[in-house]
Amino acid sequence: MAGNPNYMRTRVLVIGGGATGTGIARDLALRGVTCIVAERRDLNAGASGANHGLLHSGARYVSGDLTIAAECRREAELIKQLAPHCIEDAGGLFVAVEGDDERYVADFPDLCAAAGISVTALSVADALEMEPRLSPRLIAAYQVADATVDPFRLSLENMSQAQQAGSVLLRNTPVVAFRRKSGRIHETVLQRRHTGEKIVIRADQVINASGAWAGQVAALAGVAMDMVYAKGSLLILDDRISQRVINRLRPSSNADILVPGGTVSILGTTSVAIDNLEDVRPTIGEIDAIIAEAQAMLPVLTEARCLRAYAGVRPLVGSGEGDARQISRGFVLLDHADHKLENFATITGGKLTTYRLMAEKTVDLVCTRLGVTTPCQTHSRPLALTPACQWTKPGMAPRIWLQSQAPRDMLLCECEMVPKGAVDSIADAMGMVGDRADLKAIGLRSRVGKGTCQGVFCGVRTVAYLYNRGMYSGDEGLVDLRAFLKGRWKGIRPVLWGPSLAQEELQEALHCGFFSLEL
Amino acid sequence: MNVLKEQKLDLVVIGTGMAGAAAAVFAANRGLTTAQVGETGEIIFASGYLDLLGVHPPENGRILSDPWVGLVQLARDEPDHPLARLAPDIIRTALDEFFRFLEASGLPYRRDAKKNAQVLTPLGTTKPTYAAPETMWAGVKALQDQQPCLLIDIRGLRGFSARQIAAVWDTRWPKLRTVTIDFPGSDHLTELYTETMARQLEQPQNLAELAARIKPHLKDAVVVGLPAILGVRNSLAVAAALAEQLAVPVFEIPTMPPGVPGLRLRDTFSENIAQLGVSLYREKRVQAVRPESDGAFVLTIADHAGEEMIHAWRVLLAGGRFLGKGLQADQAGIREPLFGLPVYQPLSRREWHRHYFLDPRGHAVNRAGLETDQRMRPLGEKGTPVFRNLYAAGSILAHQDWMRRKCGSGLAIATAYAAVEAIKMDG
Repeated sequence: MAGNPNYMRTRVLVIGGGATGTGIARDLALRGVTCIVAERRDLNAGASGANHGLLHSGARYVSGDLTIAAECRREAELIKQLAPHCIEDAGGLFVAVEGDDERYVADFPDLCAAAGISVTALSVADALEMEPRLSPRLIAAYQVADATVDPFRLSLENMSQAQQAGSVLLRNTPVVAFRRKSGRIHETVLQRRHTGEKIVIRADQVINASGAWAGQVAALAGVAMDMVYAKGSLLILDDRISQRVINRLRPSSNADILVPGGTVSILGTTSVAIDNLEDVRPTIGEIDAIIAEAQAMLPVLTEARCLRAYAGVRPLVGSGEGDARQISRGFVLLDHADHKLENFATITGGKLTTYRLMAEKTVDLVCTRLGVTTPCQTHSRPLALTPACQWTKPGMAPRIWLQSQAPRDMLLCECEMVPKGAVDSIADAMGMVGDRADLKAIGLRSRVGKGTCQGVFCGVRTVAYLYNRGMYSGDEGLVDLRAFLKGRWKGIRPVLWGPSLAQEELQEALHCGFFSLEL
Repeated sequence: MNVLKEQKLDLVVIGTGMAGAAAAVFAANRGLTTAQVGETGEIIFASGYLDLLGVHPPENGRILSDPWVGLVQLARDEPDHPLARLAPDIIRTALDEFFRFLEASGLPYRRDAKKNAQVLTPLGTTKPTYAAPETMWAGVKALQDQQPCLLIDIRGLRGFSARQIAAVWDTRWPKLRTVTIDFPGSDHLTELYTETMARQLEQPQNLAELAARIKPHLKDAVVVGLPAILGVRNSLAVAAALAEQLAVPVFEIPTMPPGVPGLRLRDTFSENIAQLGVSLYREKRVQAVRPESDGAFVLTIADHAGEEMIHAWRVLLAGGRFLGKGLQADQAGIREPLFGLPVYQPLSRREWHRHYFLDPRGHAVNRAGLETDQRMRPLGEKGTPVFRNLYAAGSILAHQDWMRRKCGSGLAIATAYAAVEAIKMDG
């Protein structure tokens, strides 16, 4: 088998390239252990890329679970210190409006205090001065230490550091089978999505960090896990409605949180039980419900332009058992030695804010099994800043473009001002680790496709540019463009009215009326 | 506010796209006193190709080699389609008259009267079209016969990649080669715009320099393809001069819109329609229309500078759909904003779009629009015209999906013709 490129050997195989999986990869690297991260699509393809991008102060959870609330507070503080380039320390407000549960409002400050979360009571007048677009029907407001986080930047940086240490990312490579042998996972079989090629990985340790897919992956190893899937849909508004994160001060419900990011805002979420993880998409009903509901807090929403919606699936572990759950009710670390698989573990549940802690606990377990004694360093070592990872941040590309004014560095995306230099930097970085950039990969690693045109122009320009760089041959670029448009459409379809519908008409006039991409 | 113009016009055309332009031309040709109002934004997104009917039925993406045969099938399968409601002779006459206008305006089109042409897009895909500007026509033969062809890439031009086109065709067009050249005098520029290049190539010395840069790469090529940058105003002469200097035919491929072919149409429309005697109110919007008791209309038109009013016996709505603002949509439904006309539409927003953007069947929202009588007058709830002097043409009409069927220009021109003929007859 040696020398066969489709047979790989590694100390640790991490299944899933979300916040947790990439966080594990970096944690391992800092303890001197390299790994292979196998991802069925691309980084943050699941819940890690489909959330608010909110670094919770913890206040959201004080009425439910003080342990989780305190955990969020500690982790958020760490991330603010150690990865300042991934966050915007915007601050946050909790607000209640007329008709909201006054007892809940009254209990809030004491519960926060119990979890060590600092809150400041504001007068309604002060709150309205800070955030003038809040409803005048406000009855209570508290200031908290919420921040916003760019989950893509976070995962890209974590993965990049692990790659620099020698770890490997396999994108578009889902696990299809585990080969068990004497109480261990002997080999893992994966299959490249585009070529159908099989890859066999022999790993000393296998970590299942596949989020909502954790139950499916565990089932391949013969381990039963009860998972409950809760879809949450969110909406991107083409306006920074507030400077701070706005939380509705009430028991968790639809459309409770507005998170500003760059020049847009993200509003959500819903919670809908689903039983199938394939083709998860936001629906028109959910989007209408979010807008209707959030108007109580932000009446201005009636006029906001909706750019796009998206949906993620919260991985919740149901009535299954496992001692590791006692670590926290927020996330679940399952040591499958309990299921007669001594080199297999599953980490799932939890939140973006606690991803680092989830990675730490998982790597602690795996390092104990490997006999590695180097302690965790992710709570003290700052997250490095990698140039190729900086393009996901709104407003970053224009700043660099304006500063450098590199000759001939034409803009491929005008809405978000992404120059070809950004695409070069991403494509080069991927090339260095033996990967090849395509339109979807560029879209994930930059702002291409995320502005008001939603990829109508920049998608086509980026494909043309990648052809010119020799990165596509035959009709690969067209196949990719169609796949990219298919992905964007999921999010665009539910918000098509007003100017977004006019934009869609332009897109269809170009992509179908002219380019005939549907033929 | 200006004093109400005393003269009562025969017709006000609302819209400056293909349908509005065609209607203005037809009306002027028939001696109707006409005004045309609208913002000119949309036409610059035109590719320059002029289609009639390219696909039917769209469900299986069947590309029509003969649009006239397709029209017969369309009439059978979808009798409500606006093109199906017009006799083929009317459509033919309308197209002929419009092509004569374009030719007289210095923007001649070529077509094979009986069949569609397959033409290249900047992505390397093809689309079926009925006619193409003279400057693009050599590409039809080049593609059809896979002639030895040199495609030109210009360094620094976005959204056009000759290399992409060649890669997509690959072994299907083995003698297609590409070369990347610097645009004359562009070496200090950060980025190139098609309009700037096109205007520069109107200068003979720049064109000669371009030819000199292409010539060494010609080799076996019997035809040369370029992005559509061969002049804005006199593209015919620019293309002919380049062909002469290269001693082979040349053809343009439209670039990613907005591009030069759209600008040519915009300029041709605004300059030559005015010469026909039509009063143009460009970059203005009709803000309100008041029907008078005698059946005429008073239109309030406005721009940032202020408002004025015009008085007309008849109004033709040719303002397009959502992008052109002829229709408006909110979360609850679609409406026609000027007259509040009933809009044929799906029952709810959930039915507007399919789950896949490129679903060949198309989206139901695109078939929403105004229903009319045979004289192109929008119908009310009772199935009779809402106003006896109000007409509609082009993409605002219901029961058509021009983007999937590749029938946008044909629809615009033929329905504009039908409306103007009805207006003329209604005297």
